[in-house]
Amino acid sequence: MKIIDKKQLAPEIVRFIVEAPQIAKKAQPGHFIILRYKENGERIPLTIADYNREKGTITLVCQGIGKSTYEINRMEVGDSFLDLLGPLGKAYPIKKLGTVVCVAGGLGVAPLYPKAKALYEAGNRIISLIGAQRKELLIMTEEMAAISAEIHFSTDDGSFGHHGFITEPLRQVLAREKVDEVVAVGPVPMMASAVKVAREFNVPVVVSLNALMVDGTGMCGGCRVTVGGETKFCCVDGPTFDGAAVDFQELLMRQRYYQEQEKEAFHRCKLEEAGQE
Amino acid sequence: MRQQMPKQDPAVRRTNFDEVALGFTAEQALAEAKRCLNCKKPLCVQGCPVEIDIPQFITLLVAGKPDQALAKIKEKNSLPAICGRVCPQENQCEKQCVLGRKGEPVAIGALERYCADWGRANQAVEPSCEPECAVKGKVAVVGSGPAGLTAAADLALMGYRATLFESLHAPGGVLRYGIPEFRLPKAIVDYEVGNLKKLGVEIKTNVLVGKTITIEELFATGYEAVFIGTGAGLPYFLDIPGENLNGVYSANEFLTRVNLMKAYLFPEYDTPVRIGKRVAVVGAGNVAMDAARTALRLGAETVSIVYRRSRAEMPARREEIENAEEEGVVFRLLTNPVRLEGDERGNLTTMICQKMALGEPDASGRRRPVPIPGSEEELPVDTVIVAVGQGPNPILLQATTGLALNKRGYIEVDPETMMTSIPGVFAGGDIVTGAATVIAAMGAGKKAARAIDRYLAAKKEAGK
Ligand SMILES: Cc1cc2nc3c(=O)[nH]c(=O)nc-3n(C[C@H](O)[C@H](O)[C@H](O)COP(=O)(O)OP(=O)(O)OC[C@H]3O[C@@H](n4cnc5c(N)ncnc54)[C@H](O)[C@@H]3O)c2cc1C
Ligand SMILES: Cc1cc2nc3c(=O)[nH]c(=O)nc-3n(C[C@H](O)[C@H](O)[C@H](O)COP(=O)(O)OP(=O)(O)OC[C@H]3O[C@@H](n4cnc5c(N)ncnc54)[C@H](O)[C@@H]3O)c2cc1C
Ligand code: SF4
Ligand code: SF4
Ligand code: FES
Ligand SMILES: [Mg+2]
Repeated sequence: MKIIDKKQLAPEIVRFIVEAPQIAKKAQPGHFIILRYKENGERIPLTIADYNREKGTITLVCQGIGKSTYEINRMEVGDSFLDLLGPLGKAYPIKKLGTVVCVAGGLGVAPLYPKAKALYEAGNRIISLIGAQRKELLIMTEEMAAISAEIHFSTDDGSFGHHGFITEPLRQVLAREKVDEVVAVGPVPMMASAVKVAREFNVPVVVSLNALMVDGTGMCGGCRVTVGGETKFCCVDGPTFDGAAVDFQELLMRQRYYQEQEKEAFHRCKLEEAGQE
Repeated sequence: MRQQMPKQDPAVRRTNFDEVALGFTAEQALAEAKRCLNCKKPLCVQGCPVEIDIPQFITLLVAGKPDQALAKIKEKNSLPAICGRVCPQENQCEKQCVLGRKGEPVAIGALERYCADWGRANQAVEPSCEPECAVKGKVAVVGSGPAGLTAAADLALMGYRATLFESLHAPGGVLRYGIPEFRLPKAIVDYEVGNLKKLGVEIKTNVLVGKTITIEELFATGYEAVFIGTGAGLPYFLDIPGENLNGVYSANEFLTRVNLMKAYLFPEYDTPVRIGKRVAVVGAGNVAMDAARTALRLGAETVSIVYRRSRAEMPARREEIENAEEEGVVFRLLTNPVRLEGDERGNLTTMICQKMALGEPDASGRRRPVPIPGSEEELPVDTVIVAVGQGPNPILLQATTGLALNKRGYIEVDPETMMTSIPGVFAGGDIVTGAATVIAAMGAGKKAARAIDRYLAAKKEAGK
């Protein structure tokens, strides 16, 4: 659980390499962990972005968007997470499909990377489409380029690559050639539009859902999502699902349930930090 | 006359999370203990699933020897401070007490609690084990609820090195995440877990067996037997429209946020919980009462129990139903939710209910509730907590090949040996019986520990 390496990938996006031999041994693409970094902390799910079984380490990429992730990003090499549980969730089954388009939005590259890498190693041709708000928030581009036959970028502000959403390059690729699967990971609205585009072309699309979680072991049901008209527990039945069947509207609303409390907590955390300086 | 345990005043206690029932004073304990007739054939003992020698411990209490009384209890029950508080005594030991036939039974649970609390307050010597204790073998115990805690303690006392594996970050199972602080202070759970450590039991939290490590791998790393006590932690929902609206919690989620994650101390603790003005809890078991009373303490203005049968069928402990009523929980009986509705932001606003009447008895012998046509009514709500039961969590069961399950999905065991279909793998508690009681789970843990001892002894004998 000790942090042995820390690297700032972009503003407020940090990559940690953590000692966790038992988890590293079992980790598969699609798996995540749940951690607590301090005694009165909450349980935070993060995807296993990479793993090294020999060294017994896992890689986590954390984007500071609220109190807990912000504080996690302030941990240093040598610090330890208090609790680390995993690997959780269902592994994403890796098959040789042919051509796979990997679409990532923002931090979504981190959870997407292990899947893309495994697909590549299984002999698939990978086309990567990576979008972010602006150039400096594009992360893990070299890792993705190394496994991709083709890679395209987009930024919302046009500071790099295509100016606009990543779904536009996706549409171009799907219009151009036969694709066997689309894998889309990122913010819910981005996944929802990627699914829409993939469906227009009748291409199967899988997504990785980030429902609110507590235990991550199927015990609370807080992470429930509607997939194909049925209620599923994201932590045990997912987090990877058939995108065409997901009720994204419901997921988006459920993610926002604690927004006011979250804002208050983050605000206090910033105040405390300012007070200390 | 049966002594009444002092309690916090209802108006005060509904605003705090401190323990409600305060325990007997020494005078009360003595007076109550003296009521016991010290029966030659004590029926009460038959009502206790672990057969505590009730007249004996009460006699010792009357003789002014609470330490020995506690030791007597501990011969059969390693967690008396917990059982004295949460056992459904009116259906168990006290139901059988002869005094109950004409008047009121001896308050056995309260006396048991008194002894245990006395022991904690006076630092009674707890059984302990030196690290160099004879080590008869290594046993893995999966799940740290009452079944696992008891199995591990008994195995340690018999000379085994027991390791508890728990998926959450804190041990205790339902005692930790389910039963609230005001009914079972977590300091008591911590104390009992501390005793377990003194016995040499190793506790490994954050290990989800089936994911982090499999049962096969436990054997491969040197454990000679495995006990599965993973409980019935999978929450059931109602399967009605609108159940995924914001504001609909399973009781497990609601109670876990509050108890395990301490959301009632937000923002000092980071986990949030939202409670509206109007809360409805569906169900009438212990879980439902706990959820309802927790909701009150979090500041809800009205909290109703919505239950489709009548008062007579409510499965909760009588004391908790009374406590809930005193605190102001409203009981909407013969009422069944059929639909939930929300606003444009996906937040719950209304529960549509149907009135029920009791018809013919069903398979369980209880009269089946049948809907009254045209009786739909709207209940404005901003939080609904679903407490209609739990099932077996599939993670470990699916990851373990060759583990036979029964029709309901629970683990099948030989009732004598508690062994599953896999040699050397034993199971007990809610994962075998379905949601039951703390004491039943403890009884199963005890029985399994003895069976494991016999199994390993026989195996060693055969190997010689
Ligand atoms: C399976 C899964 C994998 C994830 N992988 C990553 C990852 O690799 N890297 C990364 O940076 N983030 C990941 N996330 C998201 C991450 O868990 C949230 O950003 C984090 O919990 C926010 O906590 P906070 O206190 O910093 O922010 P808050 O201000 O408390 O919340 C901000 C937003 O984050 C979401 N969130 C809050 N609490 C939780 C929770 N307990 N569980 C899930 N989401 C929550 C909500 O949508 C909320 O509105 C993943 C989430 C899931 C479910
Ligand atoms: C809110 C509530 C109130 C209750 N009130 C009462 C009461 O007043 N009186 C009473 O007698 N009974 C009560 N009960 C019932 C009683 O608590 C249970 O019957 C009892 O706890 C069952 O014990 P157990 O050891 O079988 O399982 P549990 O207590 O459920 O413990 C199982 C443990 O195993 C862990 N686990 C699960 N899967 C894995 C895995 N794969 N790997 C590692 N760990 C795992 C879980 O995290 C959990 O900690 C109540 C239950 C609830 C939920
Ligand atoms: S353990 Fe429970 S049933 Fe047995 S004597 Fe104590 S309170 Fe009664
Ligand atoms: S049955 Fe009642 S009176 Fe008789 S020994 Fe038991 S507790 Fe005492
Ligand atoms: S997070 Fe609790 S069931 Fe999925
Ligand atoms: Mg947070």
